[in-house]
Amino acid sequence: MARKILLEHIQVQNINTFEVYRSKGGYAAVEKAIKTMSPEAVVEEVKKSGLRGRGGAGFPTGMKWSFLAKPDGIPRYLVCNGDESEPGTFKDRFLMTHIPHALIEGMIVASYALGANTSYIYVRGEMMPQIRILEKAIIEAKNAGFLGKNILGSGYDLELYVQPGGGAYICGEETALLESLEGKRGNPRIKPPFPAIAGLYGCPTVVNNVETIAATSWIINHGGDEYAKIGLERSTGTKLISASGNLNKPGVYEIELGLPVEEFIYSDEYCGGIAHGKRLKAVVAGGSSVPILPAKLILKTAADTARLMTYESLSDGGFATGTMLGSGGFIALDEDACIVRNTWNFSRFYHHESCGQCSPCREGTGWMEKILHKIEYGHGTLQDISLLEEINKKIEGNTICPLGDAAAWPVASAIRHFRDEFEWHVNEPMLSQKNNYGLANYGA
Amino acid sequence: MSDKIKITIDGVVVEVEPGTTVLNAARQIGGNIVPPAMCYYSKLEESGGKCRTCLVKVSKGSEKDPRPMPKLVASCRTTVMDGMEVQNITSPEVIEARKGVVEMLLINHPLDCPICDQAGECHLQDLGFEHGAAQTRYEFKRRTFERVDIGDKIQLHMNRCILCYRCVFTANQITDNRVHGVLGRGDASEIGTYIQQAVDNDFSGNVIDVCPVGALTDKTFRFKNRVWFTKPVDAHRDCPTCSGNVTLWYKGEEVIRVTARKDQYGEVENFICNTCRFDKKATSDWEIEGPSKVRHTSVISSNHYDTMQPLPVIQQKPALIIANQEQFQKTSKQ
Repeated sequence: MARKILLEHIQVQNINTFEVYRSKGGYAAVEKAIKTMSPEAVVEEVKKSGLRGRGGAGFPTGMKWSFLAKPDGIPRYLVCNGDESEPGTFKDRFLMTHIPHALIEGMIVASYALGANTSYIYVRGEMMPQIRILEKAIIEAKNAGFLGKNILGSGYDLELYVQPGGGAYICGEETALLESLEGKRGNPRIKPPFPAIAGLYGCPTVVNNVETIAATSWIINHGGDEYAKIGLERSTGTKLISASGNLNKPGVYEIELGLPVEEFIYSDEYCGGIAHGKRLKAVVAGGSSVPILPAKLILKTAADTARLMTYESLSDGGFATGTMLGSGGFIALDEDACIVRNTWNFSRFYHHESCGQCSPCREGTGWMEKILHKIEYGHGTLQDISLLEEINKKIEGNTICPLGDAAAWPVASAIRHFRDEFEWHVNEPMLSQKNNYGLANYGA
Repeated sequence: MSDKIKITIDGVVVEVEPGTTVLNAARQIGGNIVPPAMCYYSKLEESGGKCRTCLVKVSKGSEKDPRPMPKLVASCRTTVMDGMEVQNITSPEVIEARKGVVEMLLINHPLDCPICDQAGECHLQDLGFEHGAAQTRYEFKRRTFERVDIGDKIQLHMNRCILCYRCVFTANQITDNRVHGVLGRGDASEIGTYIQQAVDNDFSGNVIDVCPVGALTDKTFRFKNRVWFTKPVDAHRDCPTCSGNVTLWYKGEEVIRVTARKDQYGEVENFICNTCRFDKKATSDWEIEGPSKVRHTSVISSNHYDTMQPLPVIQQKPALIIANQEQFQKTSKQ
């Protein structure tokens, strides 16, 4: 069995209650950090662990924490980004539903490390049950003296609040999240200044993903060096992967980074292969915004080495033949899946979720969606495919926030790797409405 | 002064105060190398960064950290660093990106310039003329909205809006309370008043002046005339609420429109009140100063003044022309 860190006690009954969580060694990290360590030592430990942001960008967490400006007399904030709404990603919801105290414990440790006396957990508006679970967990922790004034007699105060969002994907972008948290329209801010200098209410702020924060308590308990031993090279530790699509056993899995992709898809410990005995056609490896790859490129890199579940291995080959680990939303598509329809579906999502602030994204996402709809329903032309490529280039990199890139990458990569299928949709409009293109030469 | 910092834009060196944005540094040089700006407004705080027409390439970050910036940046919101090198019209990448932005801005624009009151003084029209394609590649139905009267003097024509947020910042920053804002999300966003509330404020008329397109128009002027048939004249009056410095737009003997005075970038110099704008339309109300300066390239000047003067600065100073050309050749060889 692979090593479990976040989901170690997931099988324990009532692990979502304080008593059970505590009896399994919960909140030991809070005791250890607050009683025996200085905030700087906690940051140092996280730095040593090599933990990288689990929200998608993979930025080293310890480094992010050490960038936080610490001017006198100005409060600092820690904000937990629970606005998980990327199609294909559902790991944070799982964690918040079943082990809410892992997040609360991590929040206390991280807030202590950053010197924040008020911290927020921003949860997506649709996750009302999770919000109630978290609020209950906060009350339980408070009653046990782990939150509130003078935690464990150390003189450190911390108030933790859960803030429901309005249900916008864009509020998962950290500056839009902060705007939304301040009660404004969730438009991303123009950077610089970065949140580490001027974030929530203009004060220095750190925004971290749910999974990142939950991982910190294990690091404090066992030491950063121990965490760094797990995983492979610069991708240390474990990662929650939300597997979905045409798999035998879709669900949330905790993997040690460095696991071969092939093993993740086919071994019985994980996804157990493709459903109904079909063959794998394509994989979106890290949530809808990362480039889609055909089966032959996801199992083996262009250099013919096995592809592993690490930040580096998945992005091996750049965008030409690689993808990204992203937030870990692993979507597998079998031989009967239509790539054009899948791309259109993603594009429709980004069109719906664009905030409308900057022009390339506001207008471009809608345009792409309309063209893809046209191709999918057999009215496309070959010029439409090259037009899509051009629109992609006009959006990518020219927008305020990464949503423009996220909208452009899936379309660009689908055309890059599955151009045949797009052309087939154009050339065989009647047939494409009845049949699927099939596996063609995309299989492993 | 020693605390000024040096920045090179398209091969032209300029010294500016620390904290200046790249766009304003370019404006100090003037001429063709000033990036166009649809949403940035120097008089309004927080404006800019949204339209992406002012994208430039930073080919050298600063003296200390000479790495180029990985993406094109919005020049209106990027502050200068010492030794920064910026490429605007000498970078094919920037021109290409700007063309893309203009195309995006126009795909849902009705292009009803022949019946639009803004025609002739519309920034989008200028931008489209300079960077737009001859033909649209967009073949779907354009987004449409109903026209809305916000207050008795202003009409909102949302179809033409490019969501620059200027009118929102204007209402936020120079009036007591803002009753309009951006509703909706993505390409369904619109400027609107909540449940058709009227924009009724002494300074509300300024939203007409800051609007770069014909989305917010003066109802007292709508369909009265084309701007290039009118003569702008600077005038002032002793106004108790505002500075009273305005431009009167004459058609024959009649004042048919009053606006604030605008500078060469189409930005208002002093905001004016609604009394000056909508109610004082007789020559006897004003003290005339003389004809307004209008850009010689502007269509407004075409009927009244000497036309086709050379463009400023770049064409006038030989040293700048050479520096600019050298930079251009250097880039195009790469």
